[in-house]
Amino acid sequence: MTVEPRNDAFVAFEHVQKSYDGVSLVVKDLNLAIGKGEFLTMLGPSGSGKTTCLMMLAGFETATNGEIRLDGRPINQVPPHKRGIGMVFQNYALFPHMTVGENLAFPLEVRGMSKSERDAKIRRALDMVQMGAFANRRPAQLSGGQQQRIALARALVFDPKLVLMDEPLGALDKQLREHMQFEIKHLHENLGITVVYVTHDQGEALTMSDRVAVFNDGRIQQLAPPADLYERPDNSFVAQFIGENNKLPGMIEELTGDKALVRLTTGELIDATAVNVKEKGQKTLVSIRPERVEFKPEMMPAGAHMIDAEVLEIIYMGDILRVVLRVAGSDDFVMKMRNTLGQTKLDPGQKIKVGWHPQDARALDP
Amino acid sequence: MAEATSELLKTADGRPLKAALAAAQTRARRRAFLLVLPLLFFVLLTFLVPIGYMLKRSVEHDGFAASAPALVAWFGANPGFDPADPPEEAYAALVQDLARMQGEKTTGIAGTRINYSVPGTISMFKKGAREAKDLVPPFKDALLAVDPAWAKPALWRGMASASNAYTSEFYKVAADMKLSDDGWTRGGDKERIYLYLFFKTFLVSGIITVICLLLAFPVSHLLATLPMAKSSLLMILVLLPFWTSLLVRTTSWIALLQEQGIVNDMLVGLGLIDDQGRLTMMYNMTGTIVAMTHVLLPFMILPLYSVMRVIPPSYARAARSLGATSWTTFRRVYLPQTLPGIAAGSLLVFILAVGYYITPALVGGADGQLISNLISFHMSKSNWSLAAAIAGMLLAAILVLYWLYDRLVGIDRLKLG
Repeated sequence: MTVEPRNDAFVAFEHVQKSYDGVSLVVKDLNLAIGKGEFLTMLGPSGSGKTTCLMMLAGFETATNGEIRLDGRPINQVPPHKRGIGMVFQNYALFPHMTVGENLAFPLEVRGMSKSERDAKIRRALDMVQMGAFANRRPAQLSGGQQQRIALARALVFDPKLVLMDEPLGALDKQLREHMQFEIKHLHENLGITVVYVTHDQGEALTMSDRVAVFNDGRIQQLAPPADLYERPDNSFVAQFIGENNKLPGMIEELTGDKALVRLTTGELIDATAVNVKEKGQKTLVSIRPERVEFKPEMMPAGAHMIDAEVLEIIYMGDILRVVLRVAGSDDFVMKMRNTLGQTKLDPGQKIKVGWHPQDARALDP
Repeated sequence: MAEATSELLKTADGRPLKAALAAAQTRARRRAFLLVLPLLFFVLLTFLVPIGYMLKRSVEHDGFAASAPALVAWFGANPGFDPADPPEEAYAALVQDLARMQGEKTTGIAGTRINYSVPGTISMFKKGAREAKDLVPPFKDALLAVDPAWAKPALWRGMASASNAYTSEFYKVAADMKLSDDGWTRGGDKERIYLYLFFKTFLVSGIITVICLLLAFPVSHLLATLPMAKSSLLMILVLLPFWTSLLVRTTSWIALLQEQGIVNDMLVGLGLIDDQGRLTMMYNMTGTIVAMTHVLLPFMILPLYSVMRVIPPSYARAARSLGATSWTTFRRVYLPQTLPGIAAGSLLVFILAVGYYITPALVGGADGQLISNLISFHMSKSNWSLAAAIAGMLLAAILVLYWLYDRLVGIDRLKLG
């Protein structure tokens, strides 16, 4: 889903900057357009500015510079309670002194809704998260997953057009987290709401989002659908932050269109796709996903370069085998092999040759 | 489940599980008990025993009963006598006892005891005792010739009551009742000093509690939301009064608020008031309230702070994002969560204020005295039993409040930090 900024963007950040201390910028010139009905995830390490962006959108932080628009309307000066944005917090923030029902009634009461109307909406929202029987419980009597559902229902009960989620699944265990990811995704699809989701968990970002904005150092490093992000990272930060990644430093030997021939620092020649390298002689970092590394010649395209490798260690992980190799002088080159019947057996110390399809090796900034 | 519970569980070596568990825990429990033992002794010795003794004093006084055996015997034999006109035998017993008191030098004790319920009798006892050995029958006429007041029915009622070492008289006096010729009656409006002072003490304590709450709430909120380094610094300022002597603090309020004090000098200097119209802020109720609020403020701030510090800011944010104005957020989300702190602080401040003594004594003047000052007054006048009775009533009132508090708020919601 691509959105043309300015025209039909539902949420738009324009040249937004944020500083807390007047010395350094936490958010440096953010430009982001989010389409109506989109599920956009802000992903990044802690301190990358993603939560600050969410807080500015919610109205809890003011932008130091730039404009934030919601549905075409500038909201920089609109207080949080008038923005009509639903929000789910990391620690759920369910009011402990109210029952589940009262928690859900709260946003409706402050909007002056009648009792019968409230009850209907609360019932609908609780049913939506399969918590219909829990209206009279207190939050403390619920499990983490149940509290998370109630927090979700509360953020949705007043029919906001935009819902913000600040690492909402961070406190749940792995299994429950995966289940809730699926449920949130379904709610998003069924209700047609716009969701801005903040997380530092790349798996979560890839599973749920229409687009992911990878934040680092106060900037968006790449804004792309999950598959593009993983398979075609724009720069070495994204390549390393998303998924596992082998990196081989070298220099561009030849550059024709987007095909590059890279001479590694140890002298070997490899094929790669040029991404953000401009000219011959430039330094580069070649990124290759471990599952795209091949060691059987019959799997390789004709004429592809192969380089020497030595098996250092084989780690059994159930569905896959992780093979640690010494390639071009580095000891942490990883190759993933599917654990299939009849898979070739490798042993530590064994000398093999590895290679890859040129489009899987991306020559990025050093 | 039913099968499992009906069968007694046993350990591997065949002992019942419950017994084995108890045995395993005994050692730890005994050690824990040894740790609290010194404090237990201390509390017993310095708290429970004195309070028990005080309560006993409030209902017991044998000053008269021990020194007037003849009258005690006569009152015992004639429980239904007419105090308006006691017979000759009663006077005979009285004269016999007066003579005995003179011999054993117990006139003072016995007279004081009667004086508690019938004021002005101590001199009668002293005079009567001096002349008792010279009196001849009929004793009634002889004694009335010494002082006609001996015929007062109130006096006879008082002596009859005092002939028993155990009495509720002190509580009656503390409840503003007085022994008249017709028995115990409510005192006139001007005589209702104790109940009025009780009422005033509770009112003033209530006012101080409310002022403390209003002052402490924003401060605690600030302390709870500031970064740790800054809030620690401010916390020292809150605790500083704790580390200063109570007398020093109270005296500095005198320096500030007295008529020739700093505040008045400043107001005069600024021309807000003229020199004749200096405000009286010391040695009256204003002084008591100001100084006590200052002294008790930390007791409100600390529990409030400890409760507020653990309220995550995300609750307020959640409420705001759900559409609540900042006032609604405060009223419906923040305030209810601070209730345990408010309750603890208020209870603490109120109970401390009700029993406060030094500050009102120093800065209260005549108008700013509280019930504890009256207790102290009676103790200095050696009327320990009345002091004990007033203190007993104060204790009972606080226990009632505590009970009410438990019913309304719940003791388990109390959070002192």
